[in-house]
Amino acid sequence: MYFAIFFALIALTAVTVTISFFDLGRLNAVVALTIAVFKATLVILYFMHLRYSSRLTQVVVAAGVGWLFIMIALTLSDYLTRSWL
Amino acid sequence: MIPKQPRTHYLNISYGFKSWLFTTDHKRIGLLYLVSITLFFFVGGAFATIIRLELATPQGDLVQAETYNKLFTMHGVMMIFFFLIPAVPAVLGNFLIPLMIGAKDVAFPRLNLLSWYIFNLGALFTIYAVVSGGVDTGWTFYTPYSTTYSNTHVLATGVGIFITGFSSILTGLNFIVTIHMMRAPGMNWFRLPLFVWAHYATSLIQVLGTPVIAITVLLLAFERVVRIGIFDPALGGDPVLFQHLFWFYSHPAVYIMVLPAMGVVSELVAAFTRKSIFGYDLVAFASIAIAVFGFLVWGHHLFVSGQSVYAGMIFSFLSYAVAIPSAVKVFNWTATLYKGSVSYQTPMLYAFGFIGLFTIGGLTGLFLAAMGLDIHLTDTYFVVAHFHYIMVGGTIMAYLGGLHYWWPKISGRMYPEGWAKLGALIVFVGFNLTFFPQFLLGYMGMPRRYHAYPEEFQVLNVMSSAGASILAVGYILPMVYLIWSMRYGPIASSNPWPATGLEWQTSSPPPTENFEEIPVVTWEAYEFAGQE
Ligand code: HEM
Ligand SMILES: [Cu+2]
Repeated sequence: MYFAIFFALIALTAVTVTISFFDLGRLNAVVALTIAVFKATLVILYFMHLRYSSRLTQVVVAAGVGWLFIMIALTLSDYLTRSWL
Repeated sequence: MIPKQPRTHYLNISYGFKSWLFTTDHKRIGLLYLVSITLFFFVGGAFATIIRLELATPQGDLVQAETYNKLFTMHGVMMIFFFLIPAVPAVLGNFLIPLMIGAKDVAFPRLNLLSWYIFNLGALFTIYAVVSGGVDTGWTFYTPYSTTYSNTHVLATGVGIFITGFSSILTGLNFIVTIHMMRAPGMNWFRLPLFVWAHYATSLIQVLGTPVIAITVLLLAFERVVRIGIFDPALGGDPVLFQHLFWFYSHPAVYIMVLPAMGVVSELVAAFTRKSIFGYDLVAFASIAIAVFGFLVWGHHLFVSGQSVYAGMIFSFLSYAVAIPSAVKVFNWTATLYKGSVSYQTPMLYAFGFIGLFTIGGLTGLFLAAMGLDIHLTDTYFVVAHFHYIMVGGTIMAYLGGLHYWWPKISGRMYPEGWAKLGALIVFVGFNLTFFPQFLLGYMGMPRRYHAYPEEFQVLNVMSSAGASILAVGYILPMVYLIWSMRYGPIASSNPWPATGLEWQTSSPPPTENFEEIPVVTWEAYEFAGQE
């Protein structure tokens, strides 16, 4: 199991590196971040045992990630719309 | 008659400094916090005194502009981080939550003690900053001033706040686990006193929000010391980002200050109307709603900062939404009075003070949350009046009300009712005389944070300074008679009001382990019927 995850992470790293050779324009950051988030999720779920932890632990982690999301989303609501006017 | 055996309780079970400094008893830790924050309150108050003296005349004659900047900064830092945030949770919350839920202690007693040490360590850094020359950025530490231009003790103050934040996180964590795990048999969630619900909501904010201010202060320090570009445009940063991060914590932090105070008021209103709080469930959920929505409105502090208008519209709308649960509470307390048998003892006077002043503070918050009006009012005395109505008129009123209400439980003695009523009256009058004129001044355009002002503002400023001296008397008076009462006050019974709640079912002061035997709860919160 851990090996499977390990190889998945290696493979995803390889994907990131490969993609970095292509210029996708605005998608550059989007693709890189999507892969990174996916990898982080794998690490948290398996290497950090979140999948097998108690419901309470899962709720706590979800809340933390959720709050990070709030912070980023509402902050971006400023940065992304500044140029509209 | 049986000769009276002196009963052992948490205060007389052991004596000496060591027995206090190494205690893990939540009640004693609450009192340790009481001593610390009272000290910091008077330090912060001393700064306020000089500020009000300076503002008695239009000229900047008492202190220089630079000194004035330091005074209002240190006033704000002391009062917010070292008094208001810990006031209700760390003192009353620590003392009462285990008692109210029928537990022997909090879930992590040693962590609890640690939090007090961390708190004081942080305070030491900040006090070092104060005595070695002060800091002048405002309690808000806005960049680029704080990172690039200010040559005062920004770092030491920042480190102090960084450290103190951990005590807040630990307290919050402790309360969450305690409320989840330590409730007595039968004490289900909807039998909890509303004080406990309010603290649960507060703890959520402390745990989810405080790390953000810690990181923000850290980034500020990095930029100040090694000039990495986070906030400075010249280095590729963005100064408004600081305001986003700062207020992501600091708006919710205003609810850290006011939610527990609302919890106190719920207890007081129930006890002195002898009724269950109208709409218990709604008030309980309103606390949680405030905690969650409180995180979505920070941008209302950035309306004139260069924040996008569209973001401003979102934040303005959400700020109106957060007023709803606050209003729910005010209406429910008021509805509780209806047909209640209201008695006007000191704690209830403070509760009335809270309800009225918080309402004014909250409503003026809505003025400020309107983007157009805020352009006129921002950075004026109107804002200063707004938040003092909530934090001083609201939180400190509730804190004093709670301190009086639970004083018999804490000390085993009654406070002198006559003096206490007089004190409550002085606080109320002094408070309004100090801060109401500031609404008018702000509306007329007097900016905040200046040590001099045009002649025509003098009358209102003199009123404000006069009010401040009355308010000071109102704060010193309770300190004097509460200390006096520890020795000379009449002995309190276990339930002097009489009120519901498990804390009143054990003796006053309670034994170290709180209850002779763990209570089994078979009744609802605030069930006054049948108790007579
Ligand atoms: C009813 C909900 C509330 C609303 C809609 C509201 C709205 C606002 C707005 C829009 C401002 C910014 C004004 C400006 O700088 O131009 C402000 C400032 C402030 N509010 Fe409130 N507020 C509310 C409740 C509270 C509460 C409960 C507290 C404290 C316990 C509080 C404390 C503060 C503080 C400290 C500031 C000034 C911060 C500074 O710049 O130094 N507010 N409020
Ligand atoms: Cu705010």
